[in-house]
Amino acid sequence: MLEAKTYRKQFAILTLVLCICFFVNIGLGSVSIPLKSIFSSLFGGTLDNESWQYIVRNYRLPKALVAIIVGSGLGISGLLMQTLFRNPLAGPFVLGISSGASLGVALVIMGASIFGGFLSTMLLSQWSLVIAASLGSFLVLLAVVTVSIRVRDTMAILIIGLMFGSITAAIVSVLSYFSSAEQLQQYIFWGFGSLGNLSWNELSVLFIIYLIGIGLSMYSIKRLNTLLLGENYAKSLGMNIQNSRLIIIIATSLLAGTITAFAGPIAFIGLAIPHLTRQVFKTSNHKILLPAVFLYGAIVMLICDSIAQLPMSDYTLPINAITSLIGAPVVIWLLVRQRKMMF
Amino acid sequence: MTEQKKHIVLKTNNLSIGYRFKKEETIVATNINIELKQGELVGLVGANGIGKSTLLRTLTRVQPPLSGTVSIDSKLIDDYSSLDLAKSLSLVLTEHSFSKNLTVFELIALGRQPYTNWIGNLSNNDKSIVNQVMQQTSIETLQHKKCYELSDGQLQKVMIARALAQDTALIILDEPTTHLDMYHKAYILNLLKTLANDTKKTILFSSHEIDLAIQLCDKLIVMTDSQVISGTPEALISNGSFNTLFPEDLIVFDSNSGSFKVKK
Repeated sequence: MLEAKTYRKQFAILTLVLCICFFVNIGLGSVSIPLKSIFSSLFGGTLDNESWQYIVRNYRLPKALVAIIVGSGLGISGLLMQTLFRNPLAGPFVLGISSGASLGVALVIMGASIFGGFLSTMLLSQWSLVIAASLGSFLVLLAVVTVSIRVRDTMAILIIGLMFGSITAAIVSVLSYFSSAEQLQQYIFWGFGSLGNLSWNELSVLFIIYLIGIGLSMYSIKRLNTLLLGENYAKSLGMNIQNSRLIIIIATSLLAGTITAFAGPIAFIGLAIPHLTRQVFKTSNHKILLPAVFLYGAIVMLICDSIAQLPMSDYTLPINAITSLIGAPVVIWLLVRQRKMMF
Repeated sequence: MTEQKKHIVLKTNNLSIGYRFKKEETIVATNINIELKQGELVGLVGANGIGKSTLLRTLTRVQPPLSGTVSIDSKLIDDYSSLDLAKSLSLVLTEHSFSKNLTVFELIALGRQPYTNWIGNLSNNDKSIVNQVMQQTSIETLQHKKCYELSDGQLQKVMIARALAQDTALIILDEPTTHLDMYHKAYILNLLKTLANDTKKTILFSSHEIDLAIQLCDKLIVMTDSQVISGTPEALISNGSFNTLFPEDLIVFDSNSGSFKVKK
């Protein structure tokens, strides 16, 4: 919208980098598969080695796609939150979305023994964690939206989101106190985050909701730019604040809520990616930032995932730890370099 | 041109302002009848806490009046949609909490938001208006600078340019001269005077710079404890309105020089 500068070169380079990262990510893993076989199995050729083909098509390809969805989705929801709250430290989880998801998962895993038979039979279903996490984040979101209709101050909503986080964390720790070691372990494993283990069915559900979230974000580009002036100026420019705030919060929670439900809580991507993007694209214009954050998020997540599978070994590190190990230094580096963070 | 009567841009009718909290009314001022005409520069003066901000908030539909009406271009402000109001009234606020990462051009272009399409693309017309307002406020050389690189005086000019870009009949500024040095105070108010003359927009601002306002404004609105009156600076001086502006124990108005003097 704002200026003629279009950053064509940067976008071209980033798209190229994304493609390279995508194929490198698929190429790496505990079983080494020659590059030629990977390409032919991706583009419909048949392989002599059926297990290679199975690994690429049903494990590595969905995992790489999930990495792109997770990275870009969390990055964009972080961008939306930073602009909405005009706070550089805001991320997708400030509204308590991940706490809600954790609560849902904790109730299913650890609450089963407390609430008895009905829930423990549900545990057998592979969808139960996803449904519980979605329900949890949706309920917290609903509470935040209800409050945001009554409370006009955006900062107050931010604090209310943090308070919901504290409440759910407290309930989770009470649940942990009463649960067995196995249940605790299962809960902690969910907390590590995981990009793999998603079937094509689950991936398509994730993808559809992701698309809705991205669509709503694109629809909000003009409102986001107006919000850069602050809510009072935005109102004087004829923008409906309540309405816009609702749309932006719904977009964020669709993106962050679903991603957390399927992949577990992934730290720092939502906070760090928008800042990293602003280092290269020196603009606040969301028409440029939104696609740029998409590319950056996807690239960083693919790299994190490639590192997490520890190439040439049988181990896979928790993805949540890798994103924190990379994300936290990035935020510190940005702060030291710039001395202040901007939104 | 002279016979063509300048039309009234802003008019209040028996306006009472204040706050309503749980059916309890706190009245700040009553019986406010002002008429601002096209192309006028109008200053709003009064002591701290007298209700200048409440009046501006009521005029800009941020808070509802206790009674009475406000109309812009002879249409009640309550009858405007938010978008139409944005095309008739623009603001310059005291808060500077917007993103300083915006360039001057980008920030001014945001003033075109009520006119742009769903994604906010600037048409050629929008761009030429942005360039025109940068000329009018003489900030073309700053257009590629980021807002965090600007001085307070430059920033204020940029915010005025943004309001101009919104292309409204009425511009309201809340204390546009705070935080500025003496020269820039005079500069900004003089700029407002020129803009009101050249663009035929009505400009209303609140200020504590009473002596400057007396010299530059076409009309002043004086708020005191007992009443809200408006008139030309000369008329207000001669009827002694400024004498009641502040408690008289420390400073007195000197009608010869048009400024306040400390009692000795």
